[in-house]
Amino acid sequence: MTAETLIEVNDLNFSYDTRAILKGIQMTMPRGKVVAIMGGSGSGKTTLLRLIGGTIQPTSGYVKFAGEVVHELDRDALFKLRRKMGMLFQFGALFTDLSVFDNVAFQMREHTNLPESMIRDLVLMKLHAVGLRGAHHLMPNALSGGMARRVALARSIALDPMLIMYDEPFTGLDPISLSVIGNLIRRLTDALGMTSIVVTHDVQESLKIVDYVYFIADGVIAAEGTPKEVRESVAPFVHQFVHGEEDGPVPFHYPAQTYKKDLNLENSIA
Amino acid sequence: MPKRIVSSIQNIGHRVIESVWRLGVASRFFILVLLKSGTSLRRFNLVIRELYFTGVLSLIIIVVSGLFVGMVLGLQGYETLQKYGSESAVGTLVALSLVRELGPVVAALLFASRAGSAITAEIGLMKATEQLAAMGMMAVDPIARIVAPRFWAGVISMPFLAAIFSVMGVFGGYLVTVVFIGVDEGSYWSQMQSAVDFRFDILNGFIKSCFFGVAVTAIAVFEGFDAPPTAEGVSGATTRTVVTSSLVILGLDFILTAFMFRGVS
Repeated sequence: MTAETLIEVNDLNFSYDTRAILKGIQMTMPRGKVVAIMGGSGSGKTTLLRLIGGTIQPTSGYVKFAGEVVHELDRDALFKLRRKMGMLFQFGALFTDLSVFDNVAFQMREHTNLPESMIRDLVLMKLHAVGLRGAHHLMPNALSGGMARRVALARSIALDPMLIMYDEPFTGLDPISLSVIGNLIRRLTDALGMTSIVVTHDVQESLKIVDYVYFIADGVIAAEGTPKEVRESVAPFVHQFVHGEEDGPVPFHYPAQTYKKDLNLENSIA
Repeated sequence: MPKRIVSSIQNIGHRVIESVWRLGVASRFFILVLLKSGTSLRRFNLVIRELYFTGVLSLIIIVVSGLFVGMVLGLQGYETLQKYGSESAVGTLVALSLVRELGPVVAALLFASRAGSAITAEIGLMKATEQLAAMGMMAVDPIARIVAPRFWAGVISMPFLAAIFSVMGVFGGYLVTVVFIGVDEGSYWSQMQSAVDFRFDILNGFIKSCFFGVAVTAIAVFEGFDAPPTAEGVSGATTRTVVTSSLVILGLDFILTAFMFRGVS
């Protein structure tokens, strides 16, 4: 492990009851980089984020964040660790009873003793970074999907975390909002010296902004590489995923008995 | 046939185990809420905000229902009592029915359907939209920050609402019997004053409403927190809050009454 590594995932296994979700995941994420985790729906990407955040416990293996094994921490230490992390949920998860301003100020008020005047300045700075300073007085229900996610982004950088995890940040956005969010992820990562993990299945948008990509399929890392390597990859799974092909290693048909048998044609004379 | 019997017995067993298990989860949750109430007490403005939503906004329904319940009590009481020539005792009847039983019980039932369901739906939706998870990831405990203030606000507002309900009821009885029917005003109030005992009647009614407040809000916050994070899950939880708390209120009322008014003439 080099000094540059922020997150180390070692032989990580996780199962719900007896169903294995993640099987022997091995990853390293260097500081200051944007790393994408890609994979189809239900491949265990979000589970991996939750394991990094310590909201669930691995069956075996570990996640090391800034030198600490996440699942071995007690509750206080875990909460302390989480102050160094931000997370952007799929649809923003803004607190609907608080205004945009109060949403961004939430963590500052909960975790610091800063005077209200300073909180005000900080909140406006964070909102300015995502281009929504003028919207600070709005309630979340008055925001569009893209705006809500930008506010959530401002909220997650409120305490200048070392890491931000993005859970499907591109889902359901129009092309403009999509590239706004994509560029914000890149810019904020570079400007604040953070590390970003982007869980997504939006291949084209994320390949533009990330430094490294992991593909997860069926709970294992199917492929990894830089965006350039990924684009040029001839590995069947990566090729299918990047180019959105209908059939390939990920089959179009759900496993079933033979078509003939289902239609009771097996014994008939064709 | 025997197979069907076996499976139905299994089904019953499964349901019993399930509900005992759920009761255990709920009790653990309740203790957790109590243990994590420090934040609510230190930052009391969190509770005050919820007091507005659970208490103040329930006022209308409590005031109006109390008034009408009192009016009906006055009317029915007068009808019966005047047959025996003791219509002057109608004030006693109205006041005792209200402070001992109807005030705490009906106010709690109304509170469960007005505020309890709102608490469940709010917490359930916060869960469904990942707001609680987001809070947890921001190193803020949702039980301390969201659940506990709502719980205490409910516990505090319930006795007040019950008291207001009783007061409105007594006033409603006065309106109907004294103002409309013409029962003697002096006897309405003075009989009430001499018959209602502070310790046995008012204090016991107050204690009842405190129990109901704890029960209703504990059920409401638990159902919300435990709701499956889907539209169907939240609506089911809201219904369960109202049904369970209504049954618990009536059951508790019987038990408390048995303890409180044993041997009191």
